[in-house]
Amino acid sequence: MTVKRKPKLAVWKFASCDGCQLSLLDCEDDLLTVANEIEIANFPEATRAVIKGPYDLSLVEGSITTPRDAERIVKIRRQSKYLVTIGACATAGGIQALRNFKDVKDFISIVYANPEYIDTLKKSTPIADHISVDFELRGCPINKYQLVEVINAFLNHRKPAISPHSTCVECKLNGTVCVMVAQGTPCLGPVTHAGCGAICPSYNRGCYGCYGPMETPNTKALSRRWQDLGVEKPDLVRAFRGFNAWADPFRKESESHE
Amino acid sequence: MEKNETRPCTLSAEKEIVAVARKDFPALFDSLWANGFRILGPTLGEGAIVYDELHGVDDLPSGWTDEQDGATYRLKKRSDEALFGYNVGPHAWKKFLFPPKLRLWRAEASNNGLNIIEEKQTEQKFALIGVKACELKAILIQDQVFLGGEYADPIYQNRRKDALLIAVNCTQAGKTCFCVSMNAGPRVESGFDLCLTEVLAEDAHYFIVEIGSEQGAGIMANVPHSNQTQGAEKAIQAIATNTAQQMGRVMDTENIQALLQDNFEHSRWDDVASRCLTCANCTMACPTCFCSTVEDVTDITGDHAERWRQWDSCFTMDFTYMNHGHARASAKSRYRQWMTHKLSTWFDQFGTSGCVGCGRCITWCPVAIDITEEVSAIRANQTGGKPASSSL
Ligand code: SF4
Ligand code: SF4
Ligand code: SF4
Ligand code: SF4
Repeated sequence: MTVKRKPKLAVWKFASCDGCQLSLLDCEDDLLTVANEIEIANFPEATRAVIKGPYDLSLVEGSITTPRDAERIVKIRRQSKYLVTIGACATAGGIQALRNFKDVKDFISIVYANPEYIDTLKKSTPIADHISVDFELRGCPINKYQLVEVINAFLNHRKPAISPHSTCVECKLNGTVCVMVAQGTPCLGPVTHAGCGAICPSYNRGCYGCYGPMETPNTKALSRRWQDLGVEKPDLVRAFRGFNAWADPFRKESESHE
Repeated sequence: MEKNETRPCTLSAEKEIVAVARKDFPALFDSLWANGFRILGPTLGEGAIVYDELHGVDDLPSGWTDEQDGATYRLKKRSDEALFGYNVGPHAWKKFLFPPKLRLWRAEASNNGLNIIEEKQTEQKFALIGVKACELKAILIQDQVFLGGEYADPIYQNRRKDALLIAVNCTQAGKTCFCVSMNAGPRVESGFDLCLTEVLAEDAHYFIVEIGSEQGAGIMANVPHSNQTQGAEKAIQAIATNTAQQMGRVMDTENIQALLQDNFEHSRWDDVASRCLTCANCTMACPTCFCSTVEDVTDITGDHAERWRQWDSCFTMDFTYMNHGHARASAKSRYRQWMTHKLSTWFDQFGTSGCVGCGRCITWCPVAIDITEEVSAIRANQTGGKPASSSL
């Protein structure tokens, strides 16, 4: 066998809570294997050592919220062979995109003592609005097994086995009884991207939509059903305005109930 | 009971009928265990009657029933202690015979290439207890899918070959049931090892047991029973007639194959597409849907690989993704594919209908899309359109 050069992996952070990066640290045994197989070139959550680019694979966490970050992501793209965004912030703008529905200046004046020091963009936007992205891994936070699968797929030059169908499929594979049908609990599962393993319905709760819109979300039809179950418009707006509020199908649906 | 009735007239002349008192019913479980069976059947779970392993008669949903309608299912207490007094729930028996997720094989890299490690098949024999008429028909349909034709599915074959089917005649029908329309119930007619009819009278609680196979007879040999069953056939028939009158849904199946083929561009398909979530719940819940996908996974070292099979659906985009793109990109084409397959092209493929009228797709559709209603809407106003030769 020929000795392969270890591929270089970099992890980058933008506006985010670090939770998705932590999923990588959380991989424990897998992380040791990851570390054996690849060179971790830049991963501030794990190590201060930085190895210069170019990188074989960049994982990007967080959304773009400042002019400086908007420039930084372009440089990262130039240094990365593959660039994968991870988590709801990077793929949809995150919870911080709630500000997109209002004027950010109003928040700044309330929150900061010296608003003049704050240099921020009007909107929190996903990475793909700024550069081309090779794959978007959804979730708030991402699923660590899916993360390993994505790293694995890119390093082995294959398509990641990540299904974009509804969360309902996961419920059914698990044999979980549908909470919407059997209990009348409103659930976002039918319009939500699979990936978490349908955790909430298995704990008797409706899905909160952490993984963002599924491949062909019919949010309008689901909202009609929620209304039949007694959900009022303001609550519908709130339901679609979670971690993926700025993802197009969810944004449009929430706006239609305002 | 009528005096001059000799042997009860049943479908098969040899079929034997016995009766088992409720108090002797646990002996059936003992007999199954003694014969090496793992008992799978109805039990309460997560606010519904689900199918799982049973560890005794007490696991059965005694005194419980369900109330169903489009997108609604609720458990209800019964006024009696019936063990099988409910209709079909969220699970189908296919979960045991055609498991939702299964590893097919593993492979490990070694110095002399790739070692394939075969997956061990389950050696346990299943006894499925509480199989309703529509469900038995669905199993026979899946038998054709997985075992008919040139290639049999070895996993299904292994699980099915030793499975003992203990059917139960429905004593009531639910609001989404329409087995009568699909000629699939409510009376269990054939294909079973044992068929139970639960009788609850004033001060009696017993089971009429029809014996459908030698294996079934062997199981019954160890269960206390009475052969005094004159009139039993009539009693079963009366229950079936009563249940048949309670069908919550009806489907007019006359000429249905052609009806759907000839209305390929009907405006109703757009209408249903505007309501359908493409969530795939209907296909996952349906006892005859058999589609799956196969995925290979590797670990980071690339030295270990596994091949998995899991249920898939004509409602997901990946399912019909080919190198030119998605074969059925619109919700309209996906719903149409599903319904047309169930009710029309299934005949071309397997010689039967793909629908047994169990009503699961109606109950478990989160937005109450109703296959019987879609058929009537198309039938009522046949504005048609033949299949466009290019569209799938
Ligand atoms: S509980 Fe939610 S995610 Fe699960 S099947 Fe029902 S609607 Fe879908
Ligand atoms: S199509 Fe619906 S009613 Fe027919 S067998 Fe499937 S789930 Fe039951
Ligand atoms: S469809 Fe018929 S056989 Fe099936 S549960 Fe309903 S009444 Fe019973
Ligand atoms: S018919 Fe109902 S259950 Fe089936 S995919 Fe559409 S919304 Fe989901």
